[in-house]
Amino acid sequence: MKNGKYLFIGMLFGIILVKSEVISWFRIQEMFRLQSFHMYGVIGSAVATGILGVWLLRKLGIRTLSGEPIIIPKKPFTKGNIYGGLIFGLGWAITGACPGPLFAQVGSGFTVVLVTLLSAIAGTWAYGRWQEKLPH
Amino acid sequence: MSFLKQPWPWYIAGPLIGLTVPLLLVIGNKALGISSSLRHICAACFPGKIPFFQYDWQKESWNLFFVGGIALGALFCLLFLYNGAPVQLNPDTVAALQALGVQEFDELMPGDIFNWGNITSPTGLLFFIIGGFLVGFGTRYAGGCTSGHSIMGLSTLQWPSLVATVCFMAGGFAMTNLILPPLMKWLLL
Repeated sequence: MKNGKYLFIGMLFGIILVKSEVISWFRIQEMFRLQSFHMYGVIGSAVATGILGVWLLRKLGIRTLSGEPIIIPKKPFTKGNIYGGLIFGLGWAITGACPGPLFAQVGSGFTVVLVTLLSAIAGTWAYGRWQEKLPH
Repeated sequence: MSFLKQPWPWYIAGPLIGLTVPLLLVIGNKALGISSSLRHICAACFPGKIPFFQYDWQKESWNLFFVGGIALGALFCLLFLYNGAPVQLNPDTVAALQALGVQEFDELMPGDIFNWGNITSPTGLLFFIIGGFLVGFGTRYAGGCTSGHSIMGLSTLQWPSLVATVCFMAGGFAMTNLILPPLMKWLLL
């Protein structure tokens, strides 16, 4: 099954998220109260490793396993980066989770977060429904 | 094994998260980005006639397997890698949260907030419904979340992702320090 490998990488990703406690509502509170370095360390070292990894891929001209050139999608600037970013930040501090950790919180036994996840899906739907009326 | 059961330090977890970016690119030209899964779920389940949801979501189904894997990985931790110890928080954080009415500190999440008993209460409305809606609406409006912008976007040196990340943080600081404290006092005390 071609998607099996993504299930597996997702599992590893979920294990890392849980064991580093970045899915903890408490850790998000600590971060936004500037009372711990932990979250900044995780995000900062993840970005540094990602930059290095992507730089190496380009430098060495590495292709995908099936031999295609690697394509990195462009992130175009819109005003949504600002307005949407602020809105997501508000929600992140309430739920203690960005989308990945929402799935991990459910898997960790906090099944009530399924409700949060459904509401997040509703939020995404609402964005899609009224996208044209929003400033971009 | 006991090492694995302890919380992993940032300098182990961060680089492993960062490695996911080149790994997904090499394995199948996939860009790390988790909030997209919420869009795919909308496109698959209730697209209506909304143009934003008219696309071949099945081509992006790897993303749904990836987030399913995240939930399964978390379940694996709960079953096999959980040491049962509370999160080692800064005592100042604990004191501040206690003053806002949080009582349970023995798990990853405050059990007195994140339980099914709150589902119809104002507490549940804030922490599940409103919080979740803002996450789902905001990430899509911003074109990505912590993974798509802050990890993938910054790793590939895209400045709009830096703008988005700064705004994520600004929203989080405002909610945690200005908006949430009075709401929590009112709801929890």
